[in-house]
Amino acid sequence: MARLTDFSEGERKHHLEKIRDLPDFGRTPFVPGPPLLERRVAIVTTSGVHARGDRPFDIGAADYRVIPGDTPAADLLMSHVSVNFDRSGFQEDINVVFPLDRLQELKADGVIGSVSDYHYSFMGAAPIRALEPKARELATLLKKDRVDAVLLTPV
Amino acid sequence: MGALGHYIEREGIPTAQISLIREQTAAIRPPRALWVPFMLGRPFGAPNEPNFQRRVLRALLSQYERPAGPILEDFPEDAPGTDDQEGGFACPVSFAAAKVEAGGLAQAMRSEIAQLASWYALAKKRRGRTTVGVFGPTVEAAARHVASYLDGAPKPVPGLSAGTAVKRACDDVKAYYYEAVAAQPGNLAPNAIENWFWRETAAARAFLAIRQYCLNSNDESLKPLGKLSLIPRFVTDGLIETRQKQHETQVQSTSPERT
Repeated sequence: MARLTDFSEGERKHHLEKIRDLPDFGRTPFVPGPPLLERRVAIVTTSGVHARGDRPFDIGAADYRVIPGDTPAADLLMSHVSVNFDRSGFQEDINVVFPLDRLQELKADGVIGSVSDYHYSFMGAAPIRALEPKARELATLLKKDRVDAVLLTPV
Repeated sequence: MGALGHYIEREGIPTAQISLIREQTAAIRPPRALWVPFMLGRPFGAPNEPNFQRRVLRALLSQYERPAGPILEDFPEDAPGTDDQEGGFACPVSFAAAKVEAGGLAQAMRSEIAQLASWYALAKKRRGRTTVGVFGPTVEAAARHVASYLDGAPKPVPGLSAGTAVKRACDDVKAYYYEAVAAQPGNLAPNAIENWFWRETAAARAFLAIRQYCLNSNDESLKPLGKLSLIPRFVTDGLIETRQKQHETQVQSTSPERT
Protein backbone atom coordinates (compact mmCIF):
# COMPACT_ATOMS: atom_id res chain seq x y z
CA MET A 1 0.00 0.00 0.00
CA ALA A 2 -0.71 2.39 -1.47
CA ARG A 3 0.22 2.15 -5.11
CA LEU A 4 -2.67 1.78 -7.48
CA THR A 5 -1.48 -1.72 -8.31
CA ASP A 6 -2.09 -2.67 -4.66
CA PHE A 7 -5.75 -1.72 -4.73
CA SER A 8 -8.75 -3.80 -5.66
CA GLU A 9 -10.13 -3.21 -9.14
CA GLY A 10 -12.96 -1.03 -7.83
CA GLU A 11 -10.62 1.06 -5.72
CA ARG A 12 -8.14 1.40 -8.56
CA LYS A 13 -10.89 2.53 -10.94
CA HIS A 14 -12.06 5.12 -8.43
CA HIS A 15 -8.57 6.57 -8.01
CA LEU A 16 -7.78 6.48 -11.73
CA GLU A 17 -10.96 8.44 -12.39
CA LYS A 18 -9.88 10.97 -9.78
CA ILE A 19 -6.50 11.34 -11.51
CA ARG A 20 -8.16 11.65 -14.92
CA ASP A 21 -10.43 14.42 -13.63
CA LEU A 22 -7.64 16.47 -12.06
CA PRO A 23 -7.41 20.06 -13.21
CA ASP A 24 -4.19 21.36 -14.75
CA PHE A 25 -2.25 23.06 -11.99
CA GLY A 26 0.27 24.59 -14.36
CA ARG A 27 3.83 25.27 -13.31
CA THR A 28 4.77 24.02 -9.84
CA PRO A 29 5.65 26.89 -7.50
CA PHE A 30 8.74 26.47 -5.32
CA VAL A 31 9.38 29.00 -2.57
CA PRO A 32 12.83 28.98 -0.93
CA GLY A 33 13.31 29.61 2.76
CA PRO A 34 15.76 29.60 5.65
CA PRO A 35 17.50 26.46 6.94
CA LEU A 36 15.17 23.92 8.54
CA LEU A 37 16.40 24.67 12.04
CA GLU A 38 15.09 28.22 11.69
CA ARG A 39 11.71 27.38 10.23
CA ARG A 40 8.32 27.73 11.88
CA VAL A 41 6.18 24.70 11.08
CA ALA A 42 2.39 24.29 10.91
CA ILE A 43 0.35 21.20 10.06
CA VAL A 44 -2.37 21.46 7.45
CA THR A 45 -4.20 18.15 7.24
CA THR A 46 -6.96 16.96 4.94
CA SER A 47 -7.98 14.26 7.41
CA GLY A 48 -11.13 15.96 8.65
CA VAL A 49 -9.72 16.19 12.16
CA HIS A 50 -11.18 18.90 14.37
CA ALA A 51 -11.48 19.88 17.99
CA ARG A 52 -14.36 18.44 20.00
CA GLY A 53 -17.10 21.04 20.03
CA ASP A 54 -16.07 22.52 16.69
CA ARG A 55 -18.26 21.94 13.63
CA PRO A 56 -17.85 18.47 12.14
CA PHE A 57 -17.26 18.32 8.38
CA ASP A 58 -20.20 17.53 6.13
CA ILE A 59 -20.21 16.09 2.63
CA GLY A 60 -18.62 18.58 0.22
CA ALA A 61 -17.25 20.84 2.97
CA ALA A 62 -14.38 22.88 1.50
CA ASP A 63 -13.66 25.08 4.49
CA TYR A 64 -11.17 24.44 7.26
CA ARG A 65 -11.10 24.14 11.03
CA VAL A 66 -8.51 25.70 13.30
CA ILE A 67 -6.74 23.36 15.71
CA PRO A 68 -4.89 25.29 18.42
CA GLY A 69 -1.52 23.71 19.15
CA ASP A 70 -2.41 23.18 22.79
CA THR A 71 -5.53 21.12 21.99
CA PRO A 72 -5.30 17.92 24.04
CA ALA A 73 -5.37 14.68 22.05
CA ALA A 74 -8.52 13.76 23.97
CA ASP A 75 -10.28 16.67 22.28
CA LEU A 76 -9.49 15.69 18.69
CA LEU A 77 -12.19 14.02 16.63
CA MET A 78 -12.38 13.05 12.98
CA SER A 79 -15.40 13.68 10.75
CA HIS A 80 -14.01 12.97 7.29
CA VAL A 81 -16.93 11.75 5.18
CA SER A 82 -15.02 8.93 3.47
CA VAL A 83 -15.29 5.41 4.85
CA ASN A 84 -12.48 4.09 2.65
CA PHE A 85 -9.46 4.61 4.88
CA ASP A 86 -8.30 3.23 8.20
CA ARG A 87 -9.36 5.12 11.33
CA SER A 88 -8.14 2.62 13.89
CA GLY A 89 -4.65 4.14 13.79
CA PHE A 90 -5.94 7.63 14.60
CA GLN A 91 -8.14 6.18 17.32
CA GLU A 92 -5.05 4.68 18.91
CA ASP A 93 -2.63 7.59 18.41
CA ILE A 94 -3.33 10.98 16.84
CA ASN A 95 0.28 11.27 15.70
CA VAL A 96 -0.23 8.69 12.95
CA VAL A 97 -2.31 11.37 11.21
CA PHE A 98 -1.58 14.61 13.03
CA PRO A 99 2.04 14.44 14.27
CA LEU A 100 1.92 17.31 16.72
CA ASP A 101 3.86 15.50 19.48
CA ARG A 102 6.56 14.51 17.00
CA LEU A 103 6.90 18.12 15.83
CA GLN A 104 7.27 19.34 19.40
CA GLU A 105 10.02 16.76 19.92
CA LEU A 106 11.85 17.94 16.81
CA LYS A 107 11.56 21.50 18.10
CA ALA A 108 13.01 20.43 21.46
CA ASP A 109 15.86 18.66 19.61
CA GLY A 110 16.61 21.79 17.60
CA VAL A 111 15.74 20.19 14.27
CA ILE A 112 13.15 22.86 13.47
CA GLY A 113 12.90 26.43 14.71
CA SER A 114 9.40 26.48 16.19
CA VAL A 115 5.95 24.95 15.99
CA SER A 116 3.04 27.20 15.06
CA ASP A 117 0.42 27.89 17.70
CA TYR A 118 -2.27 27.06 15.15
CA HIS A 119 -2.81 24.16 12.80
CA TYR A 120 -5.55 23.61 10.25
CA SER A 121 -7.73 20.85 8.91
CA PHE A 122 -9.67 20.39 5.69
CA MET A 123 -11.78 17.42 4.68
CA GLY A 124 -10.05 15.80 1.74
CA ALA A 125 -13.16 14.59 -0.06
CA ALA A 126 -14.05 18.16 -1.02
CA PRO A 127 -13.96 19.05 -4.73
CA ILE A 128 -10.37 20.13 -5.48
CA ARG A 129 -11.16 23.49 -7.06
CA ALA A 130 -13.47 24.36 -4.17
CA LEU A 131 -10.48 24.25 -1.82
CA GLU A 132 -8.61 27.08 -3.53
CA PRO A 133 -10.34 30.17 -2.02
CA LYS A 134 -10.04 28.80 1.51
CA ALA A 135 -6.44 27.71 0.92
CA ARG A 136 -5.56 31.26 -0.15
CA GLU A 137 -7.30 32.63 2.92
CA LEU A 138 -5.37 30.16 5.04
CA ALA A 139 -2.07 31.24 3.47
CA THR A 140 -2.73 34.79 4.72
CA LEU A 141 -3.15 33.48 8.25
CA LEU A 142 0.00 31.38 7.97
CA LYS A 143 1.98 34.42 6.81
CA LYS A 144 0.75 36.47 9.75
CA ASP A 145 1.92 33.67 12.02
CA ARG A 146 5.36 33.70 10.27
CA VAL A 147 4.99 30.06 9.22
CA ASP A 148 7.53 29.13 6.55
CA ALA A 149 7.09 25.35 6.47
CA VAL A 150 3.67 23.75 6.04
CA LEU A 151 3.32 20.01 6.54
CA LEU A 152 0.47 18.70 4.42
CA THR A 153 -0.87 15.41 5.72
CA PRO A 154 -3.61 13.38 4.03
CA VAL A 155 -5.49 10.24 4.97
CA MET B 1 -3.67 17.04 -0.94
CA GLY B 2 -1.30 18.02 -3.75
CA ALA B 3 -3.70 20.76 -4.78
CA LEU B 4 -3.24 22.46 -1.41
CA GLY B 5 0.52 22.42 -1.99
CA HIS B 6 0.02 24.40 -5.20
CA TYR B 7 -2.54 26.78 -3.72
CA ILE B 8 -0.59 27.60 -0.53
CA GLU B 9 2.87 27.75 -2.08
CA ARG B 10 1.59 30.07 -4.80
CA GLU B 11 0.81 32.48 -1.97
CA GLY B 12 4.44 32.37 -0.86
CA ILE B 13 4.42 29.71 1.88
CA PRO B 14 6.64 26.64 1.38
CA THR B 15 4.84 23.30 1.66
CA ALA B 16 5.83 19.64 1.88
CA GLN B 17 3.34 16.81 1.81
CA ILE B 18 2.96 13.16 2.57
CA SER B 19 1.74 11.26 -0.48
CA LEU B 20 -0.33 8.12 0.03
CA ILE B 21 -1.22 7.49 -3.61
CA ARG B 22 1.92 7.99 -5.62
CA GLU B 23 0.29 8.15 -9.04
CA GLN B 24 -2.02 10.93 -7.91
CA THR B 25 0.84 12.99 -6.53
CA ALA B 26 2.95 12.42 -9.66
CA ALA B 27 0.08 13.78 -11.74
CA ILE B 28 -0.42 16.88 -9.56
CA ARG B 29 3.31 17.66 -9.17
CA PRO B 30 3.18 19.55 -5.86
CA PRO B 31 6.34 21.40 -4.70
CA ARG B 32 7.62 18.76 -2.24
CA ALA B 33 6.21 15.30 -1.58
CA LEU B 34 7.27 12.11 0.18
CA TRP B 35 5.44 8.99 -0.92
CA VAL B 36 5.01 6.50 1.90
CA PRO B 37 4.08 2.82 1.43
CA PHE B 38 1.45 2.89 4.18
CA MET B 39 -2.25 2.15 4.20
CA LEU B 40 -4.72 4.95 3.62
CA GLY B 41 -5.48 6.64 6.92
CA ARG B 42 -1.94 6.21 8.32
CA PRO B 43 0.32 8.83 6.73
CA PHE B 44 2.92 8.44 9.51
CA GLY B 45 2.92 4.66 9.37
CA ALA B 46 1.70 3.18 12.61
CA PRO B 47 0.29 4.25 15.97
CA ASN B 48 2.47 4.27 19.08
CA GLU B 49 5.65 4.09 17.03
CA PRO B 50 7.20 7.47 17.84
CA ASN B 51 10.67 6.62 16.49
CA PHE B 52 9.23 5.47 13.18
CA GLN B 53 6.89 8.46 12.96
CA ARG B 54 9.85 10.73 13.64
CA ARG B 55 11.83 9.12 10.79
CA VAL B 56 8.97 9.76 8.38
CA LEU B 57 8.62 13.33 9.59
CA ARG B 58 12.36 14.01 9.32
CA ALA B 59 12.45 12.56 5.80
CA LEU B 60 9.63 14.90 4.84
CA LEU B 61 11.15 17.94 6.54
CA SER B 62 14.53 17.29 4.91
CA GLN B 63 12.96 18.33 1.62
CA TYR B 64 13.00 21.90 2.92
CA GLU B 65 16.79 21.80 2.59
CA ARG B 66 16.63 21.28 -1.19
CA PRO B 67 17.22 24.21 -3.49
CA ALA B 68 14.73 23.30 -6.22
CA GLY B 69 11.69 21.21 -7.01
CA PRO B 70 9.24 19.73 -7.59
CA ILE B 71 10.37 16.85 -5.39
CA LEU B 72 8.68 13.45 -5.21
CA GLU B 73 10.64 10.90 -3.21
CA ASP B 74 9.82 7.44 -1.83
CA PHE B 75 10.15 6.61 1.85
CA PRO B 76 12.11 3.35 1.94
CA GLU B 77 10.59 1.58 4.96
CA ASP B 78 7.32 -0.28 5.43
CA ALA B 79 5.23 0.56 8.47
CA PRO B 80 5.90 -1.48 11.60
CA GLY B 81 3.30 -4.11 12.39
CA THR B 82 2.29 -4.77 8.81
CA ASP B 83 4.00 -8.15 8.88
CA ASP B 84 1.44 -10.92 9.43
CA GLN B 85 3.76 -12.49 11.97
CA GLU B 86 3.26 -9.49 14.22
CA GLY B 87 -0.30 -10.26 15.18
CA GLY B 88 -1.78 -9.35 11.82
CA PHE B 89 -3.98 -12.42 11.69
CA ALA B 90 -5.45 -12.15 15.14
CA CYS B 91 -9.21 -11.83 14.94
CA PRO B 92 -11.78 -10.39 17.34
CA VAL B 93 -14.02 -12.81 19.16
CA SER B 94 -17.36 -13.30 17.44
CA PHE B 95 -20.56 -12.24 19.11
CA ALA B 96 -22.57 -15.15 20.40
CA ALA B 97 -25.80 -13.21 20.50
CA ALA B 98 -25.48 -11.11 17.37
CA LYS B 99 -26.95 -13.79 15.17
CA VAL B 100 -30.05 -14.06 17.35
CA GLU B 101 -32.25 -11.22 16.29
CA ALA B 102 -35.48 -11.96 18.09
CA GLY B 103 -35.83 -8.29 18.82
CA GLY B 104 -34.77 -7.24 15.34
CA LEU B 105 -31.64 -5.61 14.06
CA ALA B 106 -31.89 -2.59 16.35
CA GLN B 107 -32.08 -4.80 19.41
CA ALA B 108 -29.16 -6.92 18.18
CA MET B 109 -27.10 -3.74 17.77
CA ARG B 110 -28.01 -2.53 21.24
CA SER B 111 -27.05 -5.93 22.60
CA GLU B 112 -23.66 -5.73 20.89
CA ILE B 113 -23.08 -2.25 22.25
CA ALA B 114 -23.81 -3.52 25.74
CA GLN B 115 -21.47 -6.48 25.29
CA LEU B 116 -18.69 -4.20 24.12
CA ALA B 117 -19.15 -1.65 26.91
CA SER B 118 -16.41 -2.94 29.17
CA TRP B 119 -13.93 -3.18 26.26
CA TYR B 120 -14.82 0.34 25.22
CA ALA B 121 -14.32 1.61 28.77
CA LEU B 122 -10.97 -0.14 28.87
CA ALA B 123 -9.90 1.39 25.55
CA LYS B 124 -10.97 4.84 26.67
CA LYS B 125 -9.10 4.50 29.94
CA ARG B 126 -5.94 3.15 28.34
CA ARG B 127 -5.89 5.73 25.55
CA GLY B 128 -7.17 8.60 27.68
CA ARG B 129 -9.54 9.52 24.90
CA THR B 130 -12.27 8.41 22.56
CA THR B 131 -13.17 9.53 19.05
CA VAL B 132 -16.87 8.94 19.72
CA GLY B 133 -18.58 12.29 19.94
CA VAL B 134 -19.25 13.60 16.46
CA PHE B 135 -23.02 12.99 16.72
CA GLY B 136 -23.39 13.37 20.45
CA PRO B 137 -21.60 12.76 23.71
CA THR B 138 -22.36 9.04 23.96
CA VAL B 139 -22.72 6.09 21.64
CA GLU B 140 -26.19 5.43 23.03
CA ALA B 141 -27.49 8.67 21.49
CA ALA B 142 -25.98 7.72 18.13
CA ALA B 143 -27.35 4.18 18.36
CA ARG B 144 -30.83 5.50 19.10
CA HIS B 145 -30.67 7.60 15.97
CA VAL B 146 -29.46 4.66 13.87
CA ALA B 147 -32.21 2.50 15.36
CA SER B 148 -34.86 5.05 14.42
CA TYR B 149 -34.10 4.25 10.77
CA LEU B 150 -34.37 0.53 11.40
CA ASP B 151 -37.70 1.11 13.10
CA GLY B 152 -38.91 2.92 9.99
CA ALA B 153 -39.30 6.25 11.76
CA PRO B 154 -36.13 8.32 11.30
CA LYS B 155 -35.96 10.89 14.02
CA PRO B 156 -35.20 14.47 12.91
CA VAL B 157 -32.31 16.21 14.63
CA PRO B 158 -32.83 19.97 15.01
CA GLY B 159 -30.38 21.96 12.92
CA LEU B 160 -29.06 18.99 10.92
CA SER B 161 -30.13 17.52 7.61
CA ALA B 162 -31.24 13.91 7.76
CA GLY B 163 -28.11 12.86 5.88
CA THR B 164 -25.72 14.73 8.14
CA ALA B 165 -27.35 13.38 11.28
CA VAL B 166 -27.40 9.74 10.26
CA LYS B 167 -23.86 9.89 8.85
CA ARG B 168 -22.52 11.29 12.12
CA ALA B 169 -24.51 8.74 14.13
CA CYS B 170 -23.17 5.84 12.05
CA ASP B 171 -19.60 7.17 12.39
CA ASP B 172 -19.93 7.32 16.17
CA VAL B 173 -21.35 3.80 16.38
CA LYS B 174 -18.54 2.46 14.21
CA ALA B 175 -15.88 4.31 16.20
CA TYR B 176 -17.28 2.77 19.38
CA TYR B 177 -17.07 -0.75 17.94
CA TYR B 178 -13.55 -0.21 16.56
CA GLU B 179 -12.22 1.30 19.77
CA ALA B 180 -13.83 -1.38 21.92
CA VAL B 181 -12.63 -4.34 19.93
CA ALA B 182 -9.11 -2.92 19.64
CA ALA B 183 -8.87 -3.23 23.43
CA GLN B 184 -9.34 -7.01 23.26
CA PRO B 185 -6.27 -9.23 23.46
CA GLY B 186 -4.48 -10.09 20.26
CA ASN B 187 -2.94 -6.89 18.90
CA LEU B 188 -5.56 -6.76 16.18
CA ALA B 189 -4.51 -5.67 12.71
CA PRO B 190 -6.61 -2.94 11.08
CA ASN B 191 -7.98 -5.25 8.42
CA ALA B 192 -8.98 -7.83 11.07
CA ILE B 193 -11.03 -5.17 12.84
CA GLU B 194 -12.56 -4.06 9.56
CA ASN B 195 -13.40 -7.60 8.47
CA TRP B 196 -14.90 -8.38 11.85
CA PHE B 197 -17.06 -5.26 11.82
CA TRP B 198 -18.41 -5.72 8.30
CA ARG B 199 -18.74 -9.51 8.50
CA GLU B 200 -19.86 -10.14 12.04
CA THR B 201 -21.83 -7.30 13.53
CA ALA B 202 -25.47 -6.31 13.58
CA ALA B 203 -24.29 -2.70 13.38
CA ALA B 204 -22.85 -3.33 9.91
CA ARG B 205 -26.11 -4.96 8.84
CA ALA B 206 -27.92 -1.93 10.21
CA PHE B 207 -25.71 0.36 8.13
CA LEU B 208 -26.44 -1.71 5.01
CA ALA B 209 -30.16 -1.38 5.72
CA ILE B 210 -29.79 2.38 6.14
CA ARG B 211 -27.84 2.56 2.92
CA GLN B 212 -30.76 0.96 1.12
CA TYR B 213 -33.11 3.43 2.79
CA CYS B 214 -30.90 6.29 1.54
CA LEU B 215 -30.79 4.94 -2.00
CA ASN B 216 -34.60 4.76 -2.08
CA SER B 217 -35.08 8.15 -0.45
CA ASN B 218 -36.12 11.37 -2.13
CA ASP B 219 -34.23 13.34 0.50
CA GLU B 220 -31.28 14.99 -1.25
CA SER B 221 -29.17 14.81 1.90
CA LEU B 222 -29.57 11.04 2.13
CA LYS B 223 -28.86 10.07 -1.49
CA PRO B 224 -25.08 10.67 -1.44
CA LEU B 225 -24.79 8.58 1.71
CA GLY B 226 -26.27 5.59 -0.06
CA LYS B 227 -23.78 5.91 -2.87
CA LEU B 228 -20.58 6.80 -1.08
CA SER B 229 -20.33 7.57 2.56
CA LEU B 230 -21.75 4.79 4.71
CA ILE B 231 -20.32 1.57 3.35
CA PRO B 232 -16.71 1.04 2.17
CA ARG B 233 -16.13 0.24 -1.46
CA PHE B 234 -14.80 -3.23 -0.65
CA VAL B 235 -18.29 -4.07 0.63
CA THR B 236 -20.31 -2.36 -2.08
CA ASP B 237 -18.04 -3.66 -4.85
CA GLY B 238 -18.89 -7.20 -3.86
CA LEU B 239 -15.44 -7.88 -2.47
CA ILE B 240 -17.01 -8.93 0.76
CA GLU B 241 -16.68 -12.56 -0.36
CA THR B 242 -12.91 -12.14 -0.68
CA ARG B 243 -12.89 -10.53 2.72
CA GLN B 244 -15.05 -13.39 4.03
CA LYS B 245 -12.37 -15.90 3.05
CA GLN B 246 -9.70 -13.70 4.61
CA HIS B 247 -11.83 -13.39 7.72
CA GLU B 248 -12.39 -17.17 7.94
CA THR B 249 -8.65 -17.69 7.67
CA GLN B 250 -8.16 -15.19 10.47
CA VAL B 251 -10.76 -16.93 12.64
CA GLN B 252 -9.30 -20.39 11.98
CA SER B 253 -5.78 -19.26 12.66
CA THR B 254 -6.77 -17.99 16.10
CA SER B 255 -9.45 -20.52 17.08
CA PRO B 256 -8.77 -22.59 20.23
CA GLU B 257 -9.16 -25.86 18.30
CA ARG B 258 -6.11 -25.02 16.28
CA THR B 259 -3.87 -24.17 19.16
